Amino acid sequence: MSLARAIETGDLAELPSRRDEDWRWSDLRGLIRVLPKPSPVRMERLIVAAGQTRRVDLAFVSAEAGAQVSRIVIEIGEAARLVLSERYEGAADSLAEVDLHIAVGRGATLHRTVVAADSEDAVSVSRADIALGPGARLAQAVLTTGAKRQRLETRVSHPGAGASVRLDGLYLLEGRRHADITTVVTHSGIDGVTDQLIKGVVRDQARGVFQGRIVVSPGADRTDARMGHHALILSDRAEVDAKPELEIYADDVVCAHGNTVGALDEEALFYARQRGIPDGDARAMLMEAFVGEVADRIEDAGARAAARAWVAARLGVVT
Amino acid sequence: MLSIKNLHVAVDARPILDGLTLDIPAGEVHAVMGPNGAGKSTLSYALAGRPGYEVTAGTVTLDGEDLLALEPNERAARGVFLSFQYPTEIPGVPALTFLRTALNAQHKARGEPETSAPDFLRLARTKAAALKIDFDMLKRGLNVGFSGGEKKRMEIFQMAVLSPRLAILDETDSGLDIDALRIVAEGVNAMRSPDRAMLIITHYQRLLDHIRPDKVHVLAAGRIVASGGPELAHALEAEGYDKYALESAA
Repeated sequence: MSLARAIETGDLAELPSRRDEDWRWSDLRGLIRVLPKPSPVRMERLIVAAGQTRRVDLAFVSAEAGAQVSRIVIEIGEAARLVLSERYEGAADSLAEVDLHIAVGRGATLHRTVVAADSEDAVSVSRADIALGPGARLAQAVLTTGAKRQRLETRVSHPGAGASVRLDGLYLLEGRRHADITTVVTHSGIDGVTDQLIKGVVRDQARGVFQGRIVVSPGADRTDARMGHHALILSDRAEVDAKPELEIYADDVVCAHGNTVGALDEEALFYARQRGIPDGDARAMLMEAFVGEVADRIEDAGARAAARAWVAARLGVVT
Repeated sequence: MLSIKNLHVAVDARPILDGLTLDIPAGEVHAVMGPNGAGKSTLSYALAGRPGYEVTAGTVTLDGEDLLALEPNERAARGVFLSFQYPTEIPGVPALTFLRTALNAQHKARGEPETSAPDFLRLARTKAAALKIDFDMLKRGLNVGFSGGEKKRMEIFQMAVLSPRLAILDETDSGLDIDALRIVAEGVNAMRSPDRAMLIITHYQRLLDHIRPDKVHVLAAGRIVASGGPELAHALEAEGYDKYALESAA
């Protein structure tokens, strides 16, 4: 059951609904009444040979009132390195699903940055299945302004064995926009590291969803997994739903998670205004400081600069 | 310069200031002393325009202009500076970035040109050195992880850079050891000037050994109940506030 299957078969019953535990905050079946005629499926295969370094930009643009499924297969060879930038631009009334299958070879590195810049009337789903080899490195940051309904899902199979994962995200939502960042990391071997920081700011009647699950399977001893989700709610009618889950079946494991949802710090706001900074600028400054941490963690310099600029532009920061 | 007349302020509908009148001419330093709960911090917050401090009667003017009609940032641009009793930590905003944003916001509000980045850094370096503030500390999040004394020094540093017309120092001596107290007092004394007024709010007299005020006022139960010269501070230190508490209760 998925948006992709529904688009391809034209069958509304294939849409995930709120009755599916995993989709309860991002119901599609209650939302979508008509499935437009789909465009041909976009298929691509990208191979980065062992030892190579590549930068690849992928843009997924959906036409107005269109329906589009994309399937991308990426293989990153041993000790290779890929800096991958994805950009989603769903036009009004479009439906789109992008499915990525990514294999990261032994000792290889994937820097993945996703910018979801969909229309407020778009419905958009991205699902990435990422399989890591021993000693591989995945550093991911997802930046989104949401859509009518939007799901950005990442599933990582983590072999341990020195492999490490950073799985960050940032949502800045206004109007009636919705964004759902869902991640699942399954540790299956010893000595794996996962570090996750998700931050969000929601205003108006927007809704942010974070579902994060880290599974430490039997035998995945000495796993080090940390998950943080922190959101600011700037209006009474905005909403944040969070479900952080740690499932631990192994020994000698370090696992921590933190989850906070609150308002902007009024003390700090008054302090800034007392120094002469007007209210709107002070709010923007405090919000940028709050979410900027996510952009600052991006390791690739070019992607980090782009993420900082994205944040500043969204928050109207004066520099 | 600063003229407060019959000021009444309520917090959560509870009256705190009850007809406070106080004039500070340009060039003078006045101290307001009083027991806990007298309304000292309420006075500083009301002057700065903190939300929740409701002025129910009275007037406050700075150089003849009605301060109470202005937003906190507009008051700051007119030259009102409050050194907070408990300075706020702002993670993710380096102190220098914060201060430069504040300085340029004030310039903009006054129709003055921006301070360029090199000029600002020069100014900040000079003022930081005078207050023995490690310049690298200014690159960290504002007040984050600073000790109580460091935070107070940061307040005086900001005051020195922003160069206000009216400086309000709310319990600036609390949390300071002897050396820090001396450094802070020197920083304040260096800013005494014929066109600047200062209001020092304190519970104890010890700060006034270092910053000699022109006038001392006693605040009790929401109003000024006695005024005098620096000798009044010594009398308070010797005799305590009991006398005034009884008088205002009578």
